[in-house]
Amino acid sequence: MWKSAEALAVAIVMAGALAVAALPSHAELAPAAQKGEAGKKAQAKAEKGKAQQAVNAAAPAAAATAVKVAALGRPALAEEIAAWDIDVRPDGQGLPEGKGSVKEGEEVFLEQCAACHGEFGEGAGRWPVLAGGAGTLKSERPEKTIGSFWPDASTAYDYIHRAMPFGNGQSLTADQTYAIVAYLLNLNDVVKDDFVLSKENFAKVKLPNQPNFFDDDRETTEKAFWNANPCMKNCTGEVKVISRARILDVTPDGEQKGNLE
Amino acid sequence: MSQIHEPGKGRGGEAGTASLSRRRFLSAAGIGAGVAAAAPLSAVAARAAAPDPNIVPVPDWTKTLGVGVNNNPYGVPSKFEKDVVRREVEWLTASRESSVSFTPLYALDGVITPNGLCFVRHHGGEAEIDPDKYRFMIHGLVDKPLVFTLDDIKRMPGRVNRAYFLECAANSGMEWRGAQLNGCQFTHGMIHNVFYTGVPLRAFLDAAGVKTSAKWVLAEGADASVMTRSIPLHKALDDCLVAFAMNGEALRPEQGYPVRLVVPGWEGNMWVKWLRRLEVGDQPWAQREETAKYTDLLADGRSRRYTFIMDAKSVVTSPSPQAPLKHKGPNVLSGIAWSGRGTIKRVDVSLDGGRNWTTARIEGPAMPMAMTRFYLDFDWDGRELLVQSRAMDETGYVQPSKAELRKVRGENSIYHNNGIQTWLVHGNGETENVEVG
Repeated sequence: MWKSAEALAVAIVMAGALAVAALPSHAELAPAAQKGEAGKKAQAKAEKGKAQQAVNAAAPAAAATAVKVAALGRPALAEEIAAWDIDVRPDGQGLPEGKGSVKEGEEVFLEQCAACHGEFGEGAGRWPVLAGGAGTLKSERPEKTIGSFWPDASTAYDYIHRAMPFGNGQSLTADQTYAIVAYLLNLNDVVKDDFVLSKENFAKVKLPNQPNFFDDDRETTEKAFWNANPCMKNCTGEVKVISRARILDVTPDGEQKGNLE
Repeated sequence: MSQIHEPGKGRGGEAGTASLSRRRFLSAAGIGAGVAAAAPLSAVAARAAAPDPNIVPVPDWTKTLGVGVNNNPYGVPSKFEKDVVRREVEWLTASRESSVSFTPLYALDGVITPNGLCFVRHHGGEAEIDPDKYRFMIHGLVDKPLVFTLDDIKRMPGRVNRAYFLECAANSGMEWRGAQLNGCQFTHGMIHNVFYTGVPLRAFLDAAGVKTSAKWVLAEGADASVMTRSIPLHKALDDCLVAFAMNGEALRPEQGYPVRLVVPGWEGNMWVKWLRRLEVGDQPWAQREETAKYTDLLADGRSRRYTFIMDAKSVVTSPSPQAPLKHKGPNVLSGIAWSGRGTIKRVDVSLDGGRNWTTARIEGPAMPMAMTRFYLDFDWDGRELLVQSRAMDETGYVQPSKAELRKVRGENSIYHNNGIQTWLVHGNGETENVEVG
């Protein structure tokens, strides 16, 4: 049996009834507190018009919980963080020491990557195409590659080092990864044949499609989809079938399987 | 006669839903009012010509003992339901480890997806993680970088249970250029809806102490793709969950066992499975999955990024190509609706390709950012139907037609296709995926 005071303390934690003063300082980021930049932003967002993501009133999520910071977990050691913190940002944060040339990259690429991606990044079978496609983004069949589409070279370094070669991830050294990225940039006409990519000059590399990305603007450009009174009667003229899946006949299992019997 | 039954009183203060008169239906279907109508099908079943052999004699299962109570320590569906399974479309991807399988929506009802039927999307195959060796790290712009074990996570105060849909951003992506796959399993099956048990992500951020300069978090998985996505801090502090159970049991391995991130209403790619790390930072990381992928190319060659929210969407699951109509007379049209912007408030159904609409009956729980079930009871006289559904959420957003979407975005955005689906029901009940114009 608990002593009543202990029981009460437990009950208070569970009921989320501790004073706000018990909140840690960073809690000012919470929309409710309306302090700090994120708080202001969240508040502004909450006050925007009806075309906003609704506050989940039925499920107030974290707001009603975690009033007492749980004394769980243990401090992460620097070596542990270093082992897992492998991400690289567009500003170069996270890049390791090292360098690699286009020439070195070609060697590694032919050995480790070309079987799936082709000797020149043109892709083999259904594996991704990594080079080419310049000027195709407005066409009927865009070719989205590192050179034609990707906004940041840092993504190539991060992703290759993180998850490639497919099935043998995190096996490449920093120098090998710099070299492969240099080779891919060269295949995409971003750098010359004698280029050496390094931590120092990484930030200077600019990909051509960078300026053509913009943040989600659906609430503005698709404002017309918010409509309190959609048409219910006689909304269209004569309706004709203009496209049929059956013509293509690419559905797996044909007509026999997957049907309710 | 094809006639829509009047559902109950309007919900949420919606106007009443007048049943579609036969005359109006015929003219809506483009059939001259002068055409002689077939006699209405009798609702009373015909008299049996002979005794039914399933009644006379008594069947075997009524006479002999079945298997015992623990024949299957973990139960499985009836053998007669063996076709109700996830399926894949092999030509979609280059490998099965970075691919997708589809939920058999056509065979399901209600709103909760059975764990074993939840669609699967991997980028590096299914990681098999020993729960004793599982670790979750928080670091970056925090006062105290921390490491948690699975036991730590299960001991955190403030555990919650929440049902949410998880929809792949590419759901219906193969349909951007026209009708392509025959079955709502394939056109809409990159979705599931389960009850999660977990702890608000906020609790972990509180424990680590987020610095005031923080604006974004990076969530990372422990699988061979080491999946990463940047998530705005306000969302992480709002309703994201660190979940360890689905529908009451441990997460399935293919859904991130032992721990996954839950990001309500937002595209499935962000719901990082096998969650191992959360880094707090002051800017997004421009990872592959938010630059090369999960960005939306528009017709003018520019691309939207950070299109997190899944807009209001719906689909009729029956009738559908895998669930054709088998009987004239009374039929139940069934479907699902969902919105990443909040609660589904209304679903309208058309049987004539969008010319005329009737408000359907929302049945069961309608929760924010969760799958919602709707029904329309109708009599079918064997006439060709063009079935559509149109969802509306609490923000007043109305699910657009595919034509309206293409007008804004073109045909190359791959993701976020929430356009209205049309099923053509033929006179023999066979149903196919079409588009109308």
